[in-house]
Amino acid sequence: MVEFIAYLIAGIATGAIYALAAIGFTLVWQTSQTINFAQGEFVMLPAILVLLAIKVLGAPVWLGALIGIAAFILIFGVGFKLFVVDPMIRHGVLPLAIATMALSIIMKEGAKDGFSAEAQTFPSFVPSQTIQVFGASISLQHLAIIAVAFAVIFLLQWFVGGTRLGRQMQATAQNPTVARILGIPVERMVLLTFAINAALAVVASVLISPIYLAKFSNGEVIGLFAFIAAIVGGFNQVRGALVGGLIVGIVDSMAAAYVSSSYRLAVPLVLLVVIILLKPEGLMGRKEERRV
Amino acid sequence: MTAPATRETLPQTRSLPLPGFIDGTLLTLLAGAVILWFAPVGMGRYGTYVLSLWLVTSIAVMGLNLTLGYAGLKSLAQAAFMGLGAYLTAILTTKYGVSWYVCFALSGLLTFAVGLVLGFPALRVKAHYLAFVTLAFSTLIWLIMRNEQWLTGGVFGISNINRPDFFGIKLFNALEFHRFVVVITFILAVVLWWMIRSPWGRAFTALRENPIRAASLGVDTRLYTLLAFAIGSAYAGFAGALYAPLVEFIDPSPFSLSQSFFLLLMVVAGGSGYLLGPFIGALLGVVLPEWLRFAGSLYLIIFAAIVMLLLIACPQGMSGLMERAYAKLTGKGAGR
Amino acid sequence: MTNKWIIAAALSAALGLPAVAQEKVKLINVVELSGAGATAGTNWKNGIDLAVADINAKGGIMGRQIEITHYDTQTNPGNTRAAVQRAIDEGTYAVLGPVFSGPIGASMQIAQRAEIAQIVGGEAAGLTRQGNNYIFRTSLSQAAAMPKIANYLKNTVKAGSVAVVWVNNDFGKGGRDAIIPELEKAGIKVAADVSTEQGQADFAADAIKVKNSNADAVFVYLNEEESARFLTAAKQQGVTKPMVGETTLLGAKVISLAGAAANGVKGHVGLSIDAPIPAFQEFGKKFQAKYNYASDHNGLKGYMAVYMVKWATEKQKKFDKKGVADTLRGATITPADEPGILMETTIEANGDLDRVSFLAEVIDGKQVINATLPKIKP
Repeated sequence: MVEFIAYLIAGIATGAIYALAAIGFTLVWQTSQTINFAQGEFVMLPAILVLLAIKVLGAPVWLGALIGIAAFILIFGVGFKLFVVDPMIRHGVLPLAIATMALSIIMKEGAKDGFSAEAQTFPSFVPSQTIQVFGASISLQHLAIIAVAFAVIFLLQWFVGGTRLGRQMQATAQNPTVARILGIPVERMVLLTFAINAALAVVASVLISPIYLAKFSNGEVIGLFAFIAAIVGGFNQVRGALVGGLIVGIVDSMAAAYVSSSYRLAVPLVLLVVIILLKPEGLMGRKEERRV
Repeated sequence: MTAPATRETLPQTRSLPLPGFIDGTLLTLLAGAVILWFAPVGMGRYGTYVLSLWLVTSIAVMGLNLTLGYAGLKSLAQAAFMGLGAYLTAILTTKYGVSWYVCFALSGLLTFAVGLVLGFPALRVKAHYLAFVTLAFSTLIWLIMRNEQWLTGGVFGISNINRPDFFGIKLFNALEFHRFVVVITFILAVVLWWMIRSPWGRAFTALRENPIRAASLGVDTRLYTLLAFAIGSAYAGFAGALYAPLVEFIDPSPFSLSQSFFLLLMVVAGGSGYLLGPFIGALLGVVLPEWLRFAGSLYLIIFAAIVMLLLIACPQGMSGLMERAYAKLTGKGAGR
Repeated sequence: MTNKWIIAAALSAALGLPAVAQEKVKLINVVELSGAGATAGTNWKNGIDLAVADINAKGGIMGRQIEITHYDTQTNPGNTRAAVQRAIDEGTYAVLGPVFSGPIGASMQIAQRAEIAQIVGGEAAGLTRQGNNYIFRTSLSQAAAMPKIANYLKNTVKAGSVAVVWVNNDFGKGGRDAIIPELEKAGIKVAADVSTEQGQADFAADAIKVKNSNADAVFVYLNEEESARFLTAAKQQGVTKPMVGETTLLGAKVISLAGAAANGVKGHVGLSIDAPIPAFQEFGKKFQAKYNYASDHNGLKGYMAVYMVKWATEKQKKFDKKGVADTLRGATITPADEPGILMETTIEANGDLDRVSFLAEVIDGKQVINATLPKIKP
């Protein structure tokens, strides 16, 4: 039993990481009906930029962090929306999804060639001590990630449902044409969503990198799991990312424990296929009307 | 899933001033085949290998072009399908001595069947779910290739894969095998060309241009998209059956998920929905690293940046770009 | 669409062979500069560049300057095969690289067919068991290293059971397949056999599994950053049993990434810039000064590979490609003959190496050598 709890807690801790990364999938989906295949790289890159700022400018950690984060939000939040999404969205969502694949290569290879091909340590803002819960160990870093993931989801839910700005954003997401007629500044709303997406990627990156190290290829793994999490939880609901992330994290941990470890990766993927067959909109998702 | 700009392209390609059933595309294919037959003379084994690899990749990209460019479906498993064909061919020829030609046919059949099985439930739901299902499939197949060492050689792969004979002529030499690849590629390209122009293919184009109208005219959209996906996958199987004897060694790495993404980018780079697009796309993906030798590993960034810029400026890819240039030169197609 | 012609013309121009410069020794290095092998490959390449610069500064090989070219394989066996073919087509004097065992296995027949020496960084046991007379290692094979580990586990660590954690790629799988029979031979029980993924980020579940196996020691055979992640996760999960590794686990990169979690790690080290040999430490300093990071064992391997070519050429007193392989086979190179080889190296007939190696431990973030193991056949 103690063993089971240990796996469960480890699963929840990693699940929170996937949840944090998966929120971005749901945000981009809601505003532009597209899949951001570069989401994993969005989580990988801020840490690299922070390290780059520290190294190149010789800045102290806090300043480097600020510069790196600001640069990321500017380039990959605002810039991404203005220079990638805007010109492409008029060709339909398919080219945009494919463009994000190209973007992921650029981000990944750019981080490798522009910074380092090797993994780097990343300063932690949380002490790395561990505490005991029901006989299982969990680090404060993981606890912080779980707390932040929950907090972010609830804040987003509140923002979208409880504030005027948030409701405008949601209206934009659901039907831009009608929203425009109602006088909502659609463009600004979409831009806001992408800025939020980039900011969340930064949060995830800063929390994850002390544990996983900062490396150009980290996005592949995180992106894949976050993608599975978003599908399982439901692409069109922010809270779906949380549910999906936790489920995928726990399933992965249990698979490592009780399934042949060389087929561990297969278990979340089988879960994904089952969900698509039984409840295609995801566990928390709402059915989408067909928009042709 | 609508891409208005990409729809206007095919009629223009067709409107080249050529009579009868022969059109510019077919002529280009023929000319290309003749050039490629002679091109590697004096090029050395490596140059020949790169040319052959380009063609083999083009076959897989051609298949994906059918899926993506004509049916508008995202398949993230083209490299995995290629792997199915390559492993089937490698295992049957090295372990059981089965003729390569039989393996080639079986590779196509297997991938076609798997395509149907995968596509049916996914397309029942919604088109973009195919992307999710193929993503899962791609990784699962990769895991099997890597883990089942008794069958696939696992991480150590399968080596010493023999090249086939052609009516008693051994094709072991790089140049001879290259010519064999040229012939097969030409045949597969012509088959695709014919398919697109057949009534079946026209229904297909109709489907792409306006799914709702096509449906109301009695085209069973689901069946057609499913078939497109299955045939597209079969082309990957054919490509795999050629890849194994070309490289003479396979392991799971060239059939991973990121390679599937890469193939997708090649389709877009070349121009999705153009019959000749895949050749240009695969050229950028396979031969570009050779041209960019000086840039080292930067070639990937350059390739990806080209794709991004194309998607922003000209979503019809290189083919579309050339078409525009041609239209400008001849003063035609000013309405563009 | 006349572009086909342009393409064909451009292609033939691009793929055409550059003219070979006169009176130079052309060496081509085929290695993983991108993809999964980039870390190892970059070290190997830099080691080679360092050796070439040293040799050229001192007048080259028998008066001829070395001209080195690097081809990136993208860690893809098919590309590796093609690149080795290309290197031979372009008249390389010997093929250097690659480092990963899978790509080596895919490409070694080509150098064999051309009767050209291929000096590689791979450690998989199977490479030298195929009767290929043209392949040469630059480090001990897994088959040579693993018995030493098993011995160490049995006699020094005194472990009755061991949990094996390995990365499921050609490197890790090869090591795992080599260590398990050795453990059984030594009468050590394998308490857990944990396969992990290349690039895996989270090792919490694996650490719990290892902890629950109650093994007396843990044998960790992972690549650099995965090693560091595993050590960190194991520490967090309270795994207190000794962590034993082979070369990589005790390397500078793992120590710098894992920080405190690396302390107490012990095991066998084949090549290390921290070894108690002045030539190694001097190499380490030169490497650090030129590339601004600490070389791992692959940097040393690349450095030695070039000197193996130099030694063989000067020994045979001519530039004969086939002769390089013939001279290397069965030779013993001592630092007295060729300082660049750094340590006495015996090359066996099948291309395996015999050398002294070290037992080490990580103490306070530094690799400390505890003992020197003699050559197998002294």
